[in-house]
Amino acid sequence: MTLLRVEQIDSRYGLLQAVKGVSFEVTEGETVALIGANGAGKTTLLRTIAGAHRPSSGRILFDGADVTRVPTHRRVSMGIALVPEGRRLFPGLTVEENLRVAVVPGRRGRWNVQAVLEVFPLLQPRRRLLAANLSGGEQQAVAIGRALLSNPRLLLLDEVSLGLAPVVVNAVYKSLEAVISEGTTVLLVEQDLTRALSVAGRVICLLEGRIVLEGESRSLDRDRVVGAYFGLRRPVAGGAPA
Amino acid sequence: MTFVNAVVQGIFLGGYYAVLACGLSIMFGVMRTINLAHGDVAVLGAYITFVIVDRTGASAFVAFLVAVPVMLVLGYVLQLTILERSLKSGILTPLLATFGLSIVIQNLLLITFSPDVRSLGGSAGAVTTAGWHVTSDLTVSALGILVLVVAGALFGAVQLFLSRTRAGWALRATAEDADAAELVGIDSRAMYARATAIAVAIAALGGLFLAIRSVFDPFSGPIQLIFAFEAVVIGGMGSLWGTLVGGIALGVAQTLGAQIHPQYATLAGHVLFLAVLIVRYGGGRVGFPRLRGVVALGRASRQ
Amino acid sequence: MSEQLAAGARLTVQRWTPLSRNFTIGAGVLAVALAFVPIVLDSNIVQDLTNLLILVILAVMWNALAGYGGLLSVGQQAFIGIGAYATVFFAQLGVAPYAAMFLAMLVAGVISVPISLFALRLRAAQFAIGMWVIAEAISILVRFDHALGAGTGISLIQVNQYDPSYRQAYTYWLALGFAIVFLGVLFFLLRTPFGASLQAIRDDEDAAISLGVRVASRKRLLFVLAGFGCGAAGVLIVANTLFIDPSSIFSVQWSAYMIFMVLVGGLGTFEGPILGAILLFAIQTIFTQGGPWYLVGLGATATLFALALPRGLWGTIEERLGLQLLPVGYRIVASSSPPKTEGKKA
Repeated sequence: MTLLRVEQIDSRYGLLQAVKGVSFEVTEGETVALIGANGAGKTTLLRTIAGAHRPSSGRILFDGADVTRVPTHRRVSMGIALVPEGRRLFPGLTVEENLRVAVVPGRRGRWNVQAVLEVFPLLQPRRRLLAANLSGGEQQAVAIGRALLSNPRLLLLDEVSLGLAPVVVNAVYKSLEAVISEGTTVLLVEQDLTRALSVAGRVICLLEGRIVLEGESRSLDRDRVVGAYFGLRRPVAGGAPA
Repeated sequence: MTFVNAVVQGIFLGGYYAVLACGLSIMFGVMRTINLAHGDVAVLGAYITFVIVDRTGASAFVAFLVAVPVMLVLGYVLQLTILERSLKSGILTPLLATFGLSIVIQNLLLITFSPDVRSLGGSAGAVTTAGWHVTSDLTVSALGILVLVVAGALFGAVQLFLSRTRAGWALRATAEDADAAELVGIDSRAMYARATAIAVAIAALGGLFLAIRSVFDPFSGPIQLIFAFEAVVIGGMGSLWGTLVGGIALGVAQTLGAQIHPQYATLAGHVLFLAVLIVRYGGGRVGFPRLRGVVALGRASRQ
Repeated sequence: MSEQLAAGARLTVQRWTPLSRNFTIGAGVLAVALAFVPIVLDSNIVQDLTNLLILVILAVMWNALAGYGGLLSVGQQAFIGIGAYATVFFAQLGVAPYAAMFLAMLVAGVISVPISLFALRLRAAQFAIGMWVIAEAISILVRFDHALGAGTGISLIQVNQYDPSYRQAYTYWLALGFAIVFLGVLFFLLRTPFGASLQAIRDDEDAAISLGVRVASRKRLLFVLAGFGCGAAGVLIVANTLFIDPSSIFSVQWSAYMIFMVLVGGLGTFEGPILGAILLFAIQTIFTQGGPWYLVGLGATATLFALALPRGLWGTIEERLGLQLLPVGYRIVASSSPPKTEGKKA
């Protein structure tokens, strides 16, 4: 069944329109990758779905309900959780406090602080450290754990590999496998094409705010993806470019 | 020994300033803004307590407990009506809006109650007058001890709240990054309102102590704001325990100043405050407009 | 700026529009006309107009600080008080009263320089309340001086050598002169690149610094100008009312009036503060019996404007109608006619 439906979303940043007329669906249990160059609108789109950004037009439907006007914190209690770009941990709080503050009372499920620490054992000895003193990989683990603690039905991940060494990224994605295998619906933004195509069943490519390619990863030709990514061989619309 | 007595009295006075400043410090810590009506809110709290005492004859402390929920609601309302809107508009807007509010509160109090000074010293029981003469020069008042103990307990309670409770973590998270807080399910608007409500209730506690140890009238607010702000700055803006230290430092400065000359008390506090600002913000470019630049201005305008 | 320019359109930078030209000429005529008031009109009206001029100066100066410099001061009463007390001080020394007034204004301005060295390092709330504390401290210091009347206050008896209606006229002309000078200086500053840089500082200070705008010195200039201006206001207050005391001349109430005038009139506009001063003057005249209710109204209105109409009355009008009465800005005008081939350079 369709868990998330995005309909004709337009999102602006000041005068700049970051997302233009984007529509797609995500089925429950799917893993979908959003790819695209910097500035393509991926982060804005994720934030719009999570409620951190108000679209100028369009609708977001979650499990059939129109959540376009629902504030961010309430979407979390409905089951949407975003791991934001850049981690955005609370620097003055410890690892444990960062995790515990993210527990949503109304949402029961498999994830609690203990479970998170089991999936990310590197955090166990660092429970009482201030988040500001963690390494990039450790911060990413906390950020993902934080999102999981609301037992989300839809997990949004924004560039979890950003700024991390490949070894660390591998570890992060390995722990994500556990999440994915349990049936959580995942929508992730990933710069690394190979990684995206291997983790996700479906891929959506954005360019300058629009969807230019969508399809199953295994049936997509890599060249086609790269072409869409960079906007090569794009049909020229009538009139000069803006 | 009068020097020692002055210091001791200063510490007691400082306990009062710390309580008064606590709420201001919390609001600054969470919302990075100073409520210029803070002093008037404290005085408003004193008046509400006074009304309850007047009507029921209860002790000031009991009356205060009844006033607390009223102040909490007022704090919520204040945040949701004025402060929330002004915080979105920029750094200066909250200052302007709360300054206007300050004038409104003072004059509404004047209209409701007369300009007469009032006090709650008579309704606070024996603690107002009790004291011990430790030596011929050194007096320790029961009220002073009470206020100091309450100050310590208050700061301790706030610290515990912030470091041990989920609500406290949520407040700190919102203070550090409201956007990320929302993303983990924290209602940042409610957090801000909570902080203001707590700050206003604590301000009322400050008002209670002001009313017991001294007198108050509709216009007592502004000078209390200045003292509270001085305490926060001296102790370091953004530091909770710093405010306690700052309050005590301010109190001691004032009583020591009074030793030199009775009228020097408040001035000594101002001097300490300004000195802390100068020292803390010393250094940096001086910046004078260059004469050449002024001449160039003249030329440029001939277009 | 989403209009497409037709190919070959010419762009010119326009400073004066017909409206602003007419208005400026009108303002000049008004200034001259105002000079004749004491000759033509009653002494009470002269005193009232002097009060209005004092409000205009205060509003314009506070706006120079907050609207153009981003410096929200709740302590300008420090300079008002310095100007007033310095007047009395010099008059007591035997200086001719009106020369004393001029000197006193200079003293206020000069004192603002060392204060600026440290005050301008402060931001936002610390600056606002820091200035207030400075005003309080100066007020306390004045109270110690018995020659200046200590806490009870003092009169400017030295002006009694003049006949009351002449004194009123001299004070009025001094007020008019100060107002014209300060408005003129500010107008001049705004028309120069200084003015454009102020706009840049207001919009984005860090970006302005990176462009080489010397923010610190510009703020200092505005601060010192406001020191002179508020000092001038203080001088005029004592010249007009003849009696001052520390509680009222150093009162934060003055800041309340300044904030009201500028917020309601229009923060950051040239004409706004003048409008705000006229409004406050009208309100004060109508509501002389008002007492605390009138102050409740002032405070509530200021708060309302801060929250809902941050550009003030004039700012909103200016925005809606695209109006500019005085040529302090730049306008880029596109003409649709193709350029003639020109041989000369601009």
